[in-house]
Amino acid sequence: MSLIHLVILSPLILAIFVPFLHKYFRQIHTGWFVLILPILLFIYFIGFIRSSMNGETYISTMNWIPSLGINFTVYLDGLGLLFALLITGIGALVVLYSIYYLSKEKEALNTFYVYLLMFMGAMLGVVLSDNLIVLYSFWELTSFSSFLLISYWYQREKSRYGAQKSMLITVFGGLAMLAGFVLLYIMTGTFSIREIIANVDIVTADALFIPALILILLGAFTKSAQFPFHIWLPDAMEAPTPVSAYLHSATMVKAGIYLVARMSPIFAGAPEWFWLVSVFGLITLFWGSFSAVKQTDLKGILAFSTISQLGLIMSLLGIGSAAVYYDYLDDNIYTVATMAAVFHLINHATFKGSLFMVVGIVDHETGTRDIRKLGGLMNIMPISFTLALIGSFAMAGLPPFNGFLSKEMFFTGMLHATQIDAWNMDTLGILFPVFAWLASIFTFVYSMILVFKTFTGKYQPEKLDVKPHEAPIGMLISPIILVSLVVIFGFFPNLLSPSLIGPAVSSILPDYFLIEDINIYFWHGWTPELFMTIGVVAFGTFLYLTVAKWGKIYEWFPQRLALNRFYDGGIVALERGSNKFTNSYMTGFMRDYLIIIFGFMVLLLGALIVKLDVFTFNTADAADVGFYEVILAIVMVIATLTVIISKSRLTAIISLGVVGYSQALFFVLFRAPDLALTQLVVETISVALYLLVFYHLPKFKVEITRLRFRLTNFIISVAVGLIVIIIGISANSSRLFESISSYFEAVTYTEAGGKNMVNVILVDFRGFDTLFEGTVLVIAAFGIYMMIKLRLADKKGGVEGEGK
Amino acid sequence: MKVNDLILQTVTTILSFLIITFSIYIFFAGHYTPGGGFIGGLMTSAALVLLLLAFDMKTVKTVFPINFMTVSAIGLLICVLTGVGAMFFNAPFLTHTFGYETFPILGETALATSTIFDIGVYLIVVGVAMTIIQTIGESE
Repeated sequence: MSLIHLVILSPLILAIFVPFLHKYFRQIHTGWFVLILPILLFIYFIGFIRSSMNGETYISTMNWIPSLGINFTVYLDGLGLLFALLITGIGALVVLYSIYYLSKEKEALNTFYVYLLMFMGAMLGVVLSDNLIVLYSFWELTSFSSFLLISYWYQREKSRYGAQKSMLITVFGGLAMLAGFVLLYIMTGTFSIREIIANVDIVTADALFIPALILILLGAFTKSAQFPFHIWLPDAMEAPTPVSAYLHSATMVKAGIYLVARMSPIFAGAPEWFWLVSVFGLITLFWGSFSAVKQTDLKGILAFSTISQLGLIMSLLGIGSAAVYYDYLDDNIYTVATMAAVFHLINHATFKGSLFMVVGIVDHETGTRDIRKLGGLMNIMPISFTLALIGSFAMAGLPPFNGFLSKEMFFTGMLHATQIDAWNMDTLGILFPVFAWLASIFTFVYSMILVFKTFTGKYQPEKLDVKPHEAPIGMLISPIILVSLVVIFGFFPNLLSPSLIGPAVSSILPDYFLIEDINIYFWHGWTPELFMTIGVVAFGTFLYLTVAKWGKIYEWFPQRLALNRFYDGGIVALERGSNKFTNSYMTGFMRDYLIIIFGFMVLLLGALIVKLDVFTFNTADAADVGFYEVILAIVMVIATLTVIISKSRLTAIISLGVVGYSQALFFVLFRAPDLALTQLVVETISVALYLLVFYHLPKFKVEITRLRFRLTNFIISVAVGLIVIIIGISANSSRLFESISSYFEAVTYTEAGGKNMVNVILVDFRGFDTLFEGTVLVIAAFGIYMMIKLRLADKKGGVEGEGK
Repeated sequence: MKVNDLILQTVTTILSFLIITFSIYIFFAGHYTPGGGFIGGLMTSAALVLLLLAFDMKTVKTVFPINFMTVSAIGLLICVLTGVGAMFFNAPFLTHTFGYETFPILGETALATSTIFDIGVYLIVVGVAMTIIQTIGESE
């Protein structure tokens, strides 16, 4: 374990201590303690910029399950570094903002910061893991912590609904992705991304290439809210605003982008990859921007805006992948698209993060996010207005902000896409810039709605619950920093290009790009891109001013066919179906359960025995039967028969005890003192347990007299007995392999330093089993405790509601 | 009805401590002779159950004011942490090691990290058994 492993895990470790910090330092906002960590991590990761500029990568391995090829290998290259800086940098700003946003008196801060730190650690793990299984584990942890954060105000039904929705969709995608990873493993025999990239020729030639590609894209698309999986993101806005700013715009949703970028060296160059990534990106871009215009909730606008911007980045990655197809070009024009994707990724994090924070401020200070109620806040909240103005202009792609530069590069990339002379792009290619341009117009429109409907127009104080005023300075620091970055990156884009963008692009397109190639100019002449921007502004302004007239077209879209309807219907059907199915066998009668369990066991094992024809009866290995063994066997048979026919419960319990103790004696005879000891004590304790509950048991009587039922019981018990006997005899008679005991005999002392083989197997060789058995035991004990305590509380009329 | 259990109570007080002592011996002996965390834990619980039977729930609770749920949780935590501990030495999860040390009175003694793991198992078993028996016994 090296420092960088500790760095990745440090948020998770800190999360353990957060509840204690919250408990013992109540007068200090817990966020201040948490804030220190992302700042330190950010500084730590900045230290890697220099080496990453030189094209160096950092690798450190920690063994986890080496026998399965699963190791916690940290791989830090340009792409991973860029994301790590975003996660920790934006993370620090969001934590700072949340200190002022969430009041320490009213909110459950301990859980909030635990979830947030969990998320931060998980996200760092995703972007810095080289091993696919480790990546997947962290990936699902992000889904999980996001679920907890969305449902942070779990008293609200909408929060729970949104959390469930995001969980179902992203985890579904995650599972598909896992299947894709497994396919990659089958093809290459390794889980390491670097090794898979090194063996990319094997992968592309394999028949599993396309299934793996589609499955992995499913994971990326669900996470990054690509059409038609985007429906979870607007509902995720029920989370507190710092969470929306962090997870649902700056980092988590970009995990899908990261995955596509990370997998590009493996899949890029394949037409399927190009088409799926760029077309789904474009559809998402257009649909998101188009839907954002009709939203009346500020966070709703931002949610759809995020969806559309993620689509934009995705489509650029798709077009950038064409660079691999043209590996003979000296000056590969398609790398521009990838460059634009990375550049826009950074820009989006800055302007969207700041916009979310400003919207949070508006919500916090006015009590509403409905643009129909808001208006005229410019004079009351001048600083917030300035921040919103710059953020929105950057989002709309207006000069001189950073969004303008990446938007120009985006247009360049789209125009280049028309020049691809393969895959029918000569005819279909023209649709790319057209769609991009249309989407940009709508982007312009909603950006304007966002800022001008909120801050200009008529001030309607009667519609607001509270009297608005400017936010406290602490709440403004984070958005001010982000907006400053928007301006700085706009004027000095080449601060970023060699340090962050270049190394990241060279990780995505390792063989086709040199870091020195990159230069972003503010002014590049009267190019078609510039005319497209002018067109966007002209048409966008026109549409913005006439939105009242043409806005009616949104009513044409039938609500009945909306994807959300489809999702909700699916959930209801699923619930009904599983309820029906479960009720069909969960009758509440123990006898039914036992019949099902034993019947299934008999049928399955019996069928297998017949089908595989494995019954053998071989007495060659058998030892002589001694005098004591015969006696014991007879005792056991008699005791068992007594249990069956006994008329009183006490007799039955004692006879059962006799069976158990005789079993222990058998172990003594067979010289297995460990087992005998265990059996004896277990038997003693279970008899004691019987005696404890004895008093409470209902009167002992033979309840069922129906012949049919008794017959079923008889058949099943005889069948179970027979099957067990057959298995026992067959297992003893057929030795397919050399017994493993000789191996343990040989290595018990040398490998584990112990002489008691049973014990050494339990704690050393099969420690994992023991660990999980212990876990099962503890869960069972807690379950019994809860069941009995709750029933008692119910009887006393105590705990109501919560406990049930 | 007055129950006459004087003999049982007197014998139990002595016996249960003997059993607990023996269970601890059995626990430590585990690596070389029959015994170990599981059986040691069971035996300790057996002693406690004996006390429960001879005396009543309340008396045992005052003598051992322990929340057995916590005991099992701590046990599980120890088990997991022993496993994680190996990772700090760049060994896979749950790798154990052992060595020999010489102590003043004991002489040369074998020390194995698996004993720590076994302590976890011991605590889990005691905690689980006692939690179950206590909750069921209390439900009146």
